[in-house]
Amino acid sequence: MNRFFDIPSDLQHSWAGLIGLHLREALLPVLGGLVLALPLAQLCVRLRWLYPPVLWVTTVLYAIPSLAFFVVLIDYTGQTEVTVMIPLTVYTLVVLVPAIVDGVRSVPPETLAAAAAMGFGPVRRYAQVQLPIAVPAIIAGLRVATVSSISLVSVGTLIGNQGALGNLLHDATIYNRPELAWNAVLTMAVLAILADVLLVGVRVLLTPWMPSGTAGRGQGRGRKEAAAR
Amino acid sequence: MNVLHYVNAFFSNDAYWQGYDGIPTRVSEHLGYTLEALALAALIGLPVGLVTGHYGRGGNALSLIATAARALPTFGLLVLMTMLIGFGMLPVMIPLVVLAVPPILVTTYEAMRSVDPSPVDAARGMGMNEAGILLRVELPVALPMILGGLRSAAIQIVSTATIAAYVSLGGLGRYIVDGLYQRDYEKVVGGATLVAALALATLALFWALGRLTVSAGVRRSN
Repeated sequence: MNRFFDIPSDLQHSWAGLIGLHLREALLPVLGGLVLALPLAQLCVRLRWLYPPVLWVTTVLYAIPSLAFFVVLIDYTGQTEVTVMIPLTVYTLVVLVPAIVDGVRSVPPETLAAAAAMGFGPVRRYAQVQLPIAVPAIIAGLRVATVSSISLVSVGTLIGNQGALGNLLHDATIYNRPELAWNAVLTMAVLAILADVLLVGVRVLLTPWMPSGTAGRGQGRGRKEAAAR
Repeated sequence: MNVLHYVNAFFSNDAYWQGYDGIPTRVSEHLGYTLEALALAALIGLPVGLVTGHYGRGGNALSLIATAARALPTFGLLVLMTMLIGFGMLPVMIPLVVLAVPPILVTTYEAMRSVDPSPVDAARGMGMNEAGILLRVELPVALPMILGGLRSAAIQIVSTATIAAYVSLGGLGRYIVDGLYQRDYEKVVGGATLVAALALATLALFWALGRLTVSAGVRRSN
């Protein structure tokens, strides 16, 4: 275990460097996914018939194994970080789109009517009423997407060392050094938990009207109301 | 179309329809891994979720456990377990079960918590015991959401069971991993198509299951 942080030189990064690389490869796709999911979800809220087919398409895309997705993309984007980040972006949609749709739909009609009566146009109503009320649901989706994204980056090691911390797994097998695999698994787990805690903090900051301890119950209620409609 | 061309070439190649590396064998292996992992995960997740959800306690502990399990990287766990235990079924099942337990556990708990409390009170007032309330009042109402949790766990397993091939086992991942090392895109795309088709079949299966098991009254109120 005393060689726990002794990173083989073929990775050309220190432990901290690998962490930085890993965070970039994992978090940019979540951000990209959010940017794609917001308008897509709004379309699904507006046009009801669109929602089921969108769910089906995102589910099928999610079911494509990451490794196969990477290999097909190598033809277009080469053995680069981008090849890892495109599938991860696509995968986040399966969580983010339903989370945002449920969140926006859970806004009570009286609230929307009140906003309309106060002279809010559709854009202001969306940005200042619907989105803030949907924040807990959106953050719940972001938490799942972020954690799974951090875990999935490691598969990138199979397409030519594009897996950041996952590259340690490959080195662990070729040099027969299990402590490197421990390092990779534990570091990724800690990163995922830290990201999760950070997102909970963001939710508490963005929703000062909610008691911070009842997050789970609030979500449950939101989901039930959305299902009841 | 590049990808469609590969799909067509893969499925019209007779060599892929027979023998130990044929599509029927690989699909049945893949289904075997999926069912085993899903059954193990449901065996852990369902009872715990049902009981904690019924008593409404331990929600915070449960979400902590789920977060920790989600945080463990599946592929990393596979490599680590293979190094520690050696080759075999166990190092594949551990990551798959760790992957599938959180959605089942969390959704089951949430489903039980979101059951309308008034019929539960009525059942208790009529003298039903706790087990009866759980199984005959809460469970039928919570069933659609519980099935939803099982469904998303099943789809994650179907897609992730491909990693079994990385540690020399079979399943549809064989085509993807072998295709990668043989630079045979036809094989990779064919394998990925089969996995996606299996995921669609899983969606259809759960839809049918919901139709069969969810009572008409619950379905109408949704």
